[in-house]
Amino acid sequence: MSPQTLFEKLWQRHLVHEPRGVESTEPSLLYVDRHLVYEVTSPQAFEGLRHQQRKPRRPETIIATADHNVPTTDRTQGIADPFSRAQVEQLNKNCEQFGIKEFRLGDIRQGIIHVIGPEQGATLPGMTVVAGDSHTCTHGAFAALAFGVGTSEVEHVMATQCLAVPKMKTLLIRVRGQLSAWVSAKDLILHIIGQIGTAGGTGYAIEFAGSAIESLSMEGRMTLCNMAIEAGARVGLVAVDQKTIDYLEGRPFAPKGEHWSAAVDYWRTLHTDAGAEFDQIIEIDACAVKPMVSWGTSPEMVVAIDEMIPSLSGSVDSVKAEAAATALEYMGLKSGQAISEIEIDKVFIGSCTNARIEDLRTAAAVVKGHKVSQRVKQALVVPGSGLVKAQAEVEGLDAIFRDAGFEWREPGCSMCLGMNDDRLQPQERCASTSNRNFEGRQGAGGRSHLVSPAMAAAAAIHGHFFDVTKMFEVCDA
Amino acid sequence: MRPFKQVESRVVPVDRSNIDTDALIPKQYIKSIERTGFGKYLFDEWRFLDKGEPGMLLEQRIPNPEFTLNMERYQGAEILVAQDNFGCGSSREHAVWALEDFGIRVVIAPSFAEIFYANCFKNGVLPIALEPEKVERLIHSALSVDGFSLLVDLPSQLINMSDGESLSFSIDPYYKLRLENGYDDIDITLTKLDQIARYEQKRREQEPWLFTV
Repeated sequence: MSPQTLFEKLWQRHLVHEPRGVESTEPSLLYVDRHLVYEVTSPQAFEGLRHQQRKPRRPETIIATADHNVPTTDRTQGIADPFSRAQVEQLNKNCEQFGIKEFRLGDIRQGIIHVIGPEQGATLPGMTVVAGDSHTCTHGAFAALAFGVGTSEVEHVMATQCLAVPKMKTLLIRVRGQLSAWVSAKDLILHIIGQIGTAGGTGYAIEFAGSAIESLSMEGRMTLCNMAIEAGARVGLVAVDQKTIDYLEGRPFAPKGEHWSAAVDYWRTLHTDAGAEFDQIIEIDACAVKPMVSWGTSPEMVVAIDEMIPSLSGSVDSVKAEAAATALEYMGLKSGQAISEIEIDKVFIGSCTNARIEDLRTAAAVVKGHKVSQRVKQALVVPGSGLVKAQAEVEGLDAIFRDAGFEWREPGCSMCLGMNDDRLQPQERCASTSNRNFEGRQGAGGRSHLVSPAMAAAAAIHGHFFDVTKMFEVCDA
Repeated sequence: MRPFKQVESRVVPVDRSNIDTDALIPKQYIKSIERTGFGKYLFDEWRFLDKGEPGMLLEQRIPNPEFTLNMERYQGAEILVAQDNFGCGSSREHAVWALEDFGIRVVIAPSFAEIFYANCFKNGVLPIALEPEKVERLIHSALSVDGFSLLVDLPSQLINMSDGESLSFSIDPYYKLRLENGYDDIDITLTKLDQIARYEQKRREQEPWLFTV
């Protein structure tokens, strides 16, 4: 058999129906192994099932939780916002009616779907994973073909366990060398998006490979794949290696006993074969990546901490120049301003991009022994799941954050998109470990700067963006 | 789903790139568990000067007179034209529900984000990707010619202008078939139940750990 890419292997394995002949107007039908469901994009899908008197084909493949809309403060009194409460209660009802496993508020396993899937071992190599959320690409870190879908497709997957999907092209992003100390997967993916643009991966499944990717932890790989969608790609992938297998062993939903060894044997084949061809290849030098900070209202508007906001007024691309001008006006910034001089009002450490235990450990290591700057009105740490929160507390990370002046919250999506009460006020400027800096994303009129957990922690301490690598040069001296 | 054959209407321009789904329908409105009623919140933060919350009536709102959708000359437009990477960001289908509910049946842009693109076809909305120069021309005409209208014909895959000129567009033949006929995707897939069952049997043998729960 001719050498295959990882994507091609996963695609072939899941084809239920392949259109025959060039004349065919049918798309490929893909089988779905794991479906993650949450409160915002599922109610209309469940309603559709009821309306048509249909049932989920394999309810046991679905795992549900409430994450987008939940309060991150004291939950003993339930949810105050009547709209949010109705949505979460509807999810509970739907899961009960259709026999779906749900981690409810109060269950230590509740959290952001893209954190709890891998944490529970519910995301496995070789699976197809879908959810009504664009950041489903996160699960590609486990060599799972994972992508976000709309609500109609949520219903389609529940009813049929399949999806009609146009086949993606393949893009290899090979990252050579090693990332420097305090430069993380988040900086790498922001660097990549800065290079290829937010539509650079549209139509592609991206595979991340190379020595820098091999060195990343599973948490780092999840951060990387999580933001494939911000490069336009629905799918991000990393091949299976020993780290993948070690991460999964013993997790509640992972296979056990003889199934485990059979699974591991199969999973070890989930990599791109030598000589396999990609539609496109991009080479990145990891050594050149610095801590990154976004300055605009699109994730591609990003520069390194030691740079200035670029000037695009002389750009040949008038659409890009106009977009930059609009973004700068919204952000209250000017071309030529040094990134390190931008002062911030709020800090958010959390989201499906950066709320795993490694993220919290890194941020805590930066924060330890410091105080949040007087100019920062609020600094939030929102763990990605109840289990991440518990682990952080065992390690004493909560105390480090609290002592410094951070608020230590309950798990959820929180200020990444501000569906709950955790929001920016108009014109407030935030150093955020989340994934989108769109206008109004974190609250109407709010100004978001995307950074890594270490850079968010450094900004919290200094009150403005600060090169975290410099903090440790000083401390080590 | 409502079938799509042809739409003739004036054209409203929103001359921006990377119009994301948060801009199309801000987060506070997607707390609804309904599928309808999102049109009044379309482009909320650009269309209105006040801060919108679910349940607010249109009459209570302060419209932004500088936003094209609010201008008299674009009222009733069913065709929206914008710059590249339209619909990027969140997978929320509410963005398409809001467009459709507002009355938009066609979106023309140089490129679309994939999830948004797929969501359009589930809701009788036709997204048309055209070369950037052609989009630029349409935006220019929509901005400068009062009452600028187009006739979009799906069967012939043509956009006809009043001066007799036509622009052709491409579309995946299966997507076209579904949209033209208003087919329900789930119904189509359910005709393949035997195939799905055979596939499951094969996978059960290959990866039994996926079938143990």
